[in-house]
Amino acid sequence: MRLFWHELRTEQVLFWRNREAAFFTFFLPVIFFLIFGAIYGNDTVAGIRGASFLEAGMIGYGVASTAFAGLAITMVIRRESGVLKRIRATPLPPWTYLVAVLVSTFVTFLIEAALLIGLGRVLFHVGLPPRAFSLLGALVIGAASFAALGLGLTGFVRSAEGSSAVVNFVYLPMAIISGTFFSPNRYPGFLKAIADVLPLTYFTRLTRDVMVSHHHLWSETGSLAVVLAWGVVGLAAAIRGFRWQPRDA
Amino acid sequence: MSSAVVVHGLEKRYGDRAALRGIDFSIEAGEVFGLLGPNGAGKTTTVEILEGYRKRDGGSVEVLGADPQSAGGAWRQRIGVMLQSSSLYPNLTVRESLTVFAGYYERPRDADEVIEIVGLEEKRGDRVRTLSGGQQRRLDLALALVGDPELVFLDEPTTGFDPGARRAAWETVRNLRTLGKTILLTTHYLDEAAQLADRLAVLREGRIVREGRPSELTGGAVVTEIRYRLDGREVVERTREPTQRLHELTAEALARGEELVELEVRRPTLEDVYLELTAE
Repeated sequence: MRLFWHELRTEQVLFWRNREAAFFTFFLPVIFFLIFGAIYGNDTVAGIRGASFLEAGMIGYGVASTAFAGLAITMVIRRESGVLKRIRATPLPPWTYLVAVLVSTFVTFLIEAALLIGLGRVLFHVGLPPRAFSLLGALVIGAASFAALGLGLTGFVRSAEGSSAVVNFVYLPMAIISGTFFSPNRYPGFLKAIADVLPLTYFTRLTRDVMVSHHHLWSETGSLAVVLAWGVVGLAAAIRGFRWQPRDA
Repeated sequence: MSSAVVVHGLEKRYGDRAALRGIDFSIEAGEVFGLLGPNGAGKTTTVEILEGYRKRDGGSVEVLGADPQSAGGAWRQRIGVMLQSSSLYPNLTVRESLTVFAGYYERPRDADEVIEIVGLEEKRGDRVRTLSGGQQRRLDLALALVGDPELVFLDEPTTGFDPGARRAAWETVRNLRTLGKTILLTTHYLDEAAQLADRLAVLREGRIVREGRPSELTGGAVVTEIRYRLDGREVVERTREPTQRLHELTAEALARGEELVELEVRRPTLEDVYLELTAE
């Protein structure tokens, strides 16, 4: 347990120290919330107020940027720089390390979600989500599934230099197609078809149903099932492809 | 004294290529053991098997009484590893890096003490990414020491150092030795091996071709080289009877009333032996 807290604290320091990564994964969703909120916060999007739509969407974008993209890039860089290899030579148990990394990612994402909700309340007069436990449950499940996908993706990235290119190539289009910024209702058919299989579509739908429509988490079994199924796919890829040592060694 | 490392008939293959073809050696507790050889000879493969990173294909390995392939956290408390390339967090300071790694061990050394051992006192509060390559290597070494290990693996610790930094690193290794640490050092620098190692093994194409004290490695060679200049020409003679030959040469020169210009008598250096041993 002591090792876990030590590593969790270390991971938080490492995250906030790396300003580029903190900006890219943490602040970008917040900035997009402010910009797009100013543009269409008072319009009606997909039958709901723009600011409410966007707040839930940016939480979706946030899970993709922190738990998926940020985690994947960080782990590839650590693998290729030999940090993971070095950690394996210490008495820190590998599982304690991985769990601490995942929990730290979740802590970051939770802070981000709280910040988005707080800003939405203050700047755009969006009500606080009444189903707090359903929301927390959705965030846990979403973060776990996207983190599994992020770890799974590391197996497909060969170099530290290529990590942000590959990850951005996957996650930015996904974020847009999944309807985090705009309602997918107005998308052309082929984009809708892609959106229909992407996990972020369902996670965003889940958060909107919980936050805006005040549904209980367990009443959204369809969305939950798709998010979890993608999580299982990610986990399988992670078990197959996650490595502690650099490519060349 | 007990053995810290015992290796018997160690074999390793990468696909069809045999990287280690049955090597044997042992390292006594408190000893500095040098593993020497050209690139691709199998040094890093050997070290990484001993560190528990790689699985062997044959033979037996015992490190601090355990098989590295199955040894756990308690065993890792007792070893320190410095990898061949730097592996650091660029955004932490020197001191923070040590505190982070110290936290993984039950009885770590004091961070400031380790910083002193590797000579990074002035960089204590600096971010790792602002350090020079040599300074980062020293921090790598510090991280290998912070758990207060009994056995330290140093894989090419001074590659890329300038001469001053290399001497400083040698001093650090000597200090570790006086603290009673067992050290396995790989290097392709001969002077480094000769300076630091109590014993060394020369590895070539996955086999140990020579093993012993640095002095023994050269002692085996019986040929002595005599050089001098005669009529402006450099003459090099190799002889098994240097006393006799030298006597003749000096007698002749004296008889002619000449000086043997640039007379030099030398036994082969470790480098000569090494180059001979590792020559293709």
